[in-house]
Amino acid sequence: MTSDIVFFLLAAVSVFTALMVVFSKSPIYSVMWLIACFFSIAGHYVMLNAQFLAIVHIIVYAGAIMVLMLFTVMLLNLNKESEPHKSIFTKATAVITGGMLFLVLLAAMRSTQLGAYEAPVTTDVGFVQKVGMKLFTDYMLPFEMTSVLFIAAMIGSVVLAKKERNL
Amino acid sequence: MSVLLFKVILIVLIFLISLGLAAYATYGERKVAAFLQDRIGPDRAGPFGLLQPIADGVKMFLKEEIIPTVSDKFLFILGPSLFMVTALMTSAVIPWGTPMEFGGVSYPLQVADINIGILYVLGVVSLGIYGIMLGGWSSNNKYALLGAIRASSQMISYELAMGMSVIAVLLMTDGSLSLNVIVEGQKGLNWNVFYQPVAALIFIITAFAECNRTPFDLPESESELIGGYHTEYSSMKLGLYLFAEYVNMFISSAVISSLFFGGYNFPGLEYLQTVLPTNLVSLISFGVFFGKILFFIFFFMWVRWTIPRFRYDQLMRLGWQVLMPLAIINVLITGAVITFFGN
Repeated sequence: MTSDIVFFLLAAVSVFTALMVVFSKSPIYSVMWLIACFFSIAGHYVMLNAQFLAIVHIIVYAGAIMVLMLFTVMLLNLNKESEPHKSIFTKATAVITGGMLFLVLLAAMRSTQLGAYEAPVTTDVGFVQKVGMKLFTDYMLPFEMTSVLFIAAMIGSVVLAKKERNL
Repeated sequence: MSVLLFKVILIVLIFLISLGLAAYATYGERKVAAFLQDRIGPDRAGPFGLLQPIADGVKMFLKEEIIPTVSDKFLFILGPSLFMVTALMTSAVIPWGTPMEFGGVSYPLQVADINIGILYVLGVVSLGIYGIMLGGWSSNNKYALLGAIRASSQMISYELAMGMSVIAVLLMTDGSLSLNVIVEGQKGLNWNVFYQPVAALIFIITAFAECNRTPFDLPESESELIGGYHTEYSSMKLGLYLFAEYVNMFISSAVISSLFFGGYNFPGLEYLQTVLPTNLVSLISFGVFFGKILFFIFFFMWVRWTIPRFRYDQLMRLGWQVLMPLAIINVLITGAVITFFGN
């Protein structure tokens, strides 16, 4: 019963902060709301007994990616006055694309079977040992492929940065 | 006594100890600096100047509070508050001593023994950047912004090496990230620092960088940036920034001693457990842990008044080209040794 209350509270926070990201006037506040949103999502992971996922989510998203985002916003010094004016055509296109994406998501939601939520029997399902075991036995190939992808991305960014300097 | 009541008392105690120790660390810093520079140091307020931190605190509270007119007021106040909160949060996963016992029930001297202990520490450390960045940006001052940018790029760079050096320790403790398990695996003089000296060195260096302490105090290098990210701050908001730095120092000393220097363990702890009552042993182990923490706080000060500040490019080179590869090689060697020779 308490877990239900916590879930609905977290869900409300997630939805509210996500909406605030879009509706905030200042980009810096958008970033701050997005960080709050990530925290509530980490809360959902904890509710599902996935402690490891929750903390990695916070380290990677709130601790690294959002810092870079804040960096960019601060250095560009984005604010309302300097915001480029968008033509009516751009706005119309944005509304149409956004609406279509919403429709697709809605259609996907309609056809899914929403089963009843069953609480995990064991509480250690998301512990580091369990996650590591699964990752390095059943999901070995996808895991290694992802790391290759990451190295490719890292080398790619270094190459791009080097090229600028030689010009 | 219920577990909840015990935890609440423990949290309040740790909170008070952190703040009290941070206050007296400012006094200690000035005394150590004075000692190293052959001066006397603060000696006016009370015997040996012992009331100096209180006088400083009162001064901070009574100063005029200035908020720059063109700054973002909400973020300006949020900055130092977030910095203090993140500084205090880490203490939740540190095991402070052997469990206490009341009425036959054992109460661990740790607020939360979570499965992901050390990752929690790294996560909170990475959040500490926000306090500095928001404060520096919302001041609407170019020196503050430069200080904030320096601080955050420094912290991001050194976090990676810090995480990597911890992995080598985790390889040696069997399958748990909990700080409690890590400390329990270092019974007697079986401390991790003897098996992982390189990891310990890297971790201590990165801890200095994460706390923005000399030789890595570039975010607030006064000869270039006035006061760095807190240039525009005054009164207790400045006090929070300065104070949080000492809380950070206290917590990192605690993390360093529990990861590498045995935490509350000391030779003869098992023997004492057989002869003395449980609660007394618990208090003694807490005292030993505290002694180690105090030594590392002294070490922080010692280095500050001995080594000059790095240049910014030197700082980045050290972080990315020396510490990071060294930490990765250390992990590989540790892994290879464990695979081929057993533990």
